Amino acid sequence: MGTASDNGILLQTADLTKHFGGLPALHEVRFSAGKGEVTAIIGPNGAGKTTFINCLTGVLTPDRGSMVFDGQELSGLPPHRIARLGISRTFQNLRLFPGLTVLDNVLCGLSAKAGDSLIEAFFRTPALRHRERLLRLTALEALDTFGLADYASLPAEALSYGAKKRLELARAFVSRPKLVLLDEPVAGLNPDETERVGTLIRQMRRSGVTLILVEHDMDLVMSVSDHVVVLDGGRRIAEGPPDDVRRNPLVLEAYLGKISLTA
Amino acid sequence: MNGRAAAAFAARHRTGLTVLGVSLALTLVPHLLANPWKLGILNLVAPYAIVVLGLNLFIGYAGQISLGHAAFFGLGAYGSAILTTGYGLPPVAAMVLTAAGVGLTALVIGVPTLRLSGHYLAMATLGFNIVVHNVFVQWDRVTGGPSGLTGIPPFGVLGVTFQGETQQFYLLWGATMIALTLSLNLVRSGVGRGLAALAEDEISAAAMGVDVHRGKIAVFTVSAVFASVGGSLFAHYLGTITPDTFGIFASIDFVIMVVIGGMGSLWGSLAGAAFVTVLPHLLGPLEDSKDIIHGLIVVAILLVLPRGLLAELVTLAKSRLAHRRAALSRSG
Repeated sequence: MGTASDNGILLQTADLTKHFGGLPALHEVRFSAGKGEVTAIIGPNGAGKTTFINCLTGVLTPDRGSMVFDGQELSGLPPHRIARLGISRTFQNLRLFPGLTVLDNVLCGLSAKAGDSLIEAFFRTPALRHRERLLRLTALEALDTFGLADYASLPAEALSYGAKKRLELARAFVSRPKLVLLDEPVAGLNPDETERVGTLIRQMRRSGVTLILVEHDMDLVMSVSDHVVVLDGGRRIAEGPPDDVRRNPLVLEAYLGKISLTA
Repeated sequence: MNGRAAAAFAARHRTGLTVLGVSLALTLVPHLLANPWKLGILNLVAPYAIVVLGLNLFIGYAGQISLGHAAFFGLGAYGSAILTTGYGLPPVAAMVLTAAGVGLTALVIGVPTLRLSGHYLAMATLGFNIVVHNVFVQWDRVTGGPSGLTGIPPFGVLGVTFQGETQQFYLLWGATMIALTLSLNLVRSGVGRGLAALAEDEISAAAMGVDVHRGKIAVFTVSAVFASVGGSLFAHYLGTITPDTFGIFASIDFVIMVVIGGMGSLWGSLAGAAFVTVLPHLLGPLEDSKDIIHGLIVVAILLVLPRGLLAELVTLAKSRLAHRRAALSRSG
């Protein structure tokens, strides 16, 4: 287990299994993410990458297995509780709040800090006003970091695809979570936009956040990750530093098929 | 420097200052509108407006649906009527007790019901309304049966009793402006953003840390309490209530008021309640065909102004203004 020292593990799963009907989407997956590292999950379509993220975030309930985050078992917790532990995510197919403004979208990323007392909200207490002002500043700072400051008051649906992708990142990172799960953050982006997102991911990583990156873009995966885990058919078939994984015959087979390997 | 500070103050408190301005303008209405019959129609708008404000939080902000809010409105009205006439409670105490009871009822109904959404939630709330309406009609001994309850005293607080249309106007519209302020505050908080987020995408909202189920139950309960308070004021204002005011058609009227005012537009709620309440009175001379024309006008508005009366009119006014400014700058 080269890079991640055992006491530096933020998230660890064991025996994680999820079946849809008879089909195994995840089968006894053992996985760990080192604190402050970027762990990439790669694998062909249908390998179980998104199912893995959906289990970690409580969208799906695994059939079996454990998921321990920062000393706490995640299975059985509802999604909002998991989010409040400091796990944030983006979605493979954008899930912004299209009708809300760009600023409000990012403010929603701060829900855990906004408080949920109805009384406070109804009477708009001085404490609430003060907190709202601070949250607004935090959100505006995130918009600036992710290059969205000019769009703050536009509805999110008015943004270009690339800007929407960055807005999802801003919303995921604004609360300074401990762990961020990125589900294909550059899918559908052109090379310039991909480079821009890559730079942002490296920048976030330097700030100390732990990242799990699901991505098909191998250049991005190889350039930002510390550790790569390969899934195929719901099973973990390989793991290791990016360069080792790139040369692993099992990985080549999973991606290219047996014929091209022997050819 | 002073001017800039004033401008900053105005910008920061724009919503509060607008509410204050409109409230001051409203205090003039009884002086300008001497006809007590017309003032009476405006007074009837206020309790409905309170219901519609709460319902708009539930439908317009949180993206849910209820075809049963006339039940909460009716429970508020009957609760206040029974507690004041039958048990001699002062109106304020009756209103608060009733609202607490209705809130609790909404909580108990909401926990299982709000697992549903869309058509199923519509059916569940509709069913609740039918049950409550049947109780109003059948439970003679307590509710007075089909003929309802009479002799409900006018509202009073701290020894002041509100009598006559003008005093009632101040009471009812004062309460409405308080309800409006509370609603405006709610939607400008983290709780309000959470509701708007869950209306757009529940999975995404939950991933941001929004407790979706709790949020729905909370806003459902709040909207039921608003409806209950509206019902209490309604009962004290009219002095008489009958069960037919609280049937499912009233529930549908409330939803129409929300939509005509504009989904998610709280100021629009006032316009929606006013429009749907006042229109039949304006169409009075048309006698027989009045219901049909009323319906056609409502349908026409929904087709032509889908974002609601107020929002569309404001947009129209803004674009007119922009055009005029552009024309002025061209000619100048």
